Amino acid sequence: MIYSISIECLQIAFVLGAAPLFVGWVRMLKCWAHGRASAGLLQPYRDIYKLFYKDVTIARNASWIFRAAPYITFGACVLAGGIIPVISTDLPLSLSADVIALVAVFAIARFFTALAGMDAGTAFGGMGSSREMMVASLAEPAMLMSVFTISLVAGSTTLSQMVHVSLSSPLVLRPSLAFALLAFALVAIAETGRIPVDNPATHLELTMIHEAMVLEYSGRHLALIEWAGEMKLFLFASLGVALFFPWGMAGVYNPLMLPVAFVSLAAKLAAIGAAIVLVETRLAKMRIFHVPEFLGIAFILATLGMLSFFMLE
Amino acid sequence: MTQTLAAQINSVLAALILLTAFGLLMQRRIYGLLHLFAWQGVFLSISTAVVGYTAGLHHLYISAILTLALKVFALPYILYVLIHKLNIKKDVEEMVNIPTTMLMGIALVIFSYHLTAPVRELSTLVTKSTLAVALATVMLGLLMMITRKKAVTQIIGFLALENGLFFAATSATYGMPLVVELGVALDILIAAFIFGIFFFQIRTTFDSLELKEMEKLKEED
Repeated sequence: MIYSISIECLQIAFVLGAAPLFVGWVRMLKCWAHGRASAGLLQPYRDIYKLFYKDVTIARNASWIFRAAPYITFGACVLAGGIIPVISTDLPLSLSADVIALVAVFAIARFFTALAGMDAGTAFGGMGSSREMMVASLAEPAMLMSVFTISLVAGSTTLSQMVHVSLSSPLVLRPSLAFALLAFALVAIAETGRIPVDNPATHLELTMIHEAMVLEYSGRHLALIEWAGEMKLFLFASLGVALFFPWGMAGVYNPLMLPVAFVSLAAKLAAIGAAIVLVETRLAKMRIFHVPEFLGIAFILATLGMLSFFMLE
Repeated sequence: MTQTLAAQINSVLAALILLTAFGLLMQRRIYGLLHLFAWQGVFLSISTAVVGYTAGLHHLYISAILTLALKVFALPYILYVLIHKLNIKKDVEEMVNIPTTMLMGIALVIFSYHLTAPVRELSTLVTKSTLAVALATVMLGLLMMITRKKAVTQIIGFLALENGLFFAATSATYGMPLVVELGVALDILIAAFIFGIFFFQIRTTFDSLELKEMEKLKEED
């Protein structure tokens, strides 16, 4: 019990610490792909550090929701970091919350960010919130369908159990998992606000979704929101790793496996970062009215995955 | 290669064929349709060769090569030349919008899964589970023929339907006799040429390839 609690704490600390590094890696690769000089791997840490020392400015008519939302969002992301098996399956929190609860935790974070976007009463915040909720209402069913496909294969909705099953079963070619992976990748792009759906680097009023919601934030609030956003990207990447490529993850009571788990996770995340950059460099951001079709494709793929589990396996 | 591995590869290929069938439904560009159709042919050909290898039936290799030559290279090329010569608009026009078509497609897949359930119980072949996918591909080809306005896209739907039939033949019975397959292949090729002539005729008569124009039976009404 002591061992698993210490693993849990280690993992949450790791997620908190490594998330900005992952974003730094993605930004660095992107700079290289565009032929620019990058600000270095550690720039996200410097940004967060700088923001924590800046003063907070709050709109006069903003309510407590505006002040509480960054802490709720950040807390939800930390909790999700305790649920998803990132380096080890030996997590007490993962047993108490299954994958449906995980989706709900992310939904809470999003709900409060959207409320805070409308709270200050600016036009941009409201527009960003309405767009974000449109994307969310379409992304969540597709995400659940894609995750349920893997639950069907593993026979459980608990994440650590799902990872455990796919680690212990022999390697089988499963078309259902391939469909689920494709659907999950599309949903993850929409959920983390990357390019075709949303551009994390823009402040152009017509195109921004997530940035429009958090436009009013400054100082430590903005630092927490940025950090939570970085953690969300990191967590979706490691959720994908846990669901589809869990090889190398440490099992129950297996401390010797931990160094291997760190190295394999770092290699997989580096590859995912390169894939993100490849997609973002090749594609342009799509029109907002094409997003429902994009997420519709994700839903169709997830449904096909579930059907092909029944039909072909 | 063991039987189970072959069955797995075959079911992955079946899933890819189903995916290309859905891709044909959601594709908006006409050249994209041709590429997807060619890919469907590639998967079909590999699947036929895999079935031929596991069942030890050598005539399936011939039909795999025939599929590769006809459905991956010849037919898309003929259609490409036709589209180029007829100077058709590059966008596909649909009667029902694409998300609705997708949902109808999902319903058709479930329907064909239910329909083939008793057959699957009776069959003893390695490939029996792909029968539902084959039927679904036929249904999706039909759906594409119904929901598209232009003759060229309907032809692609028809050819996708034929792909589904061919896949059903290999998955349910390990393929038809070679004579039948050669005949079908020749028929398809002839059909493609006839389609070409028809396209030109339709266009010179109606100034458009939309089949709605052909609903009028008289000159003036």
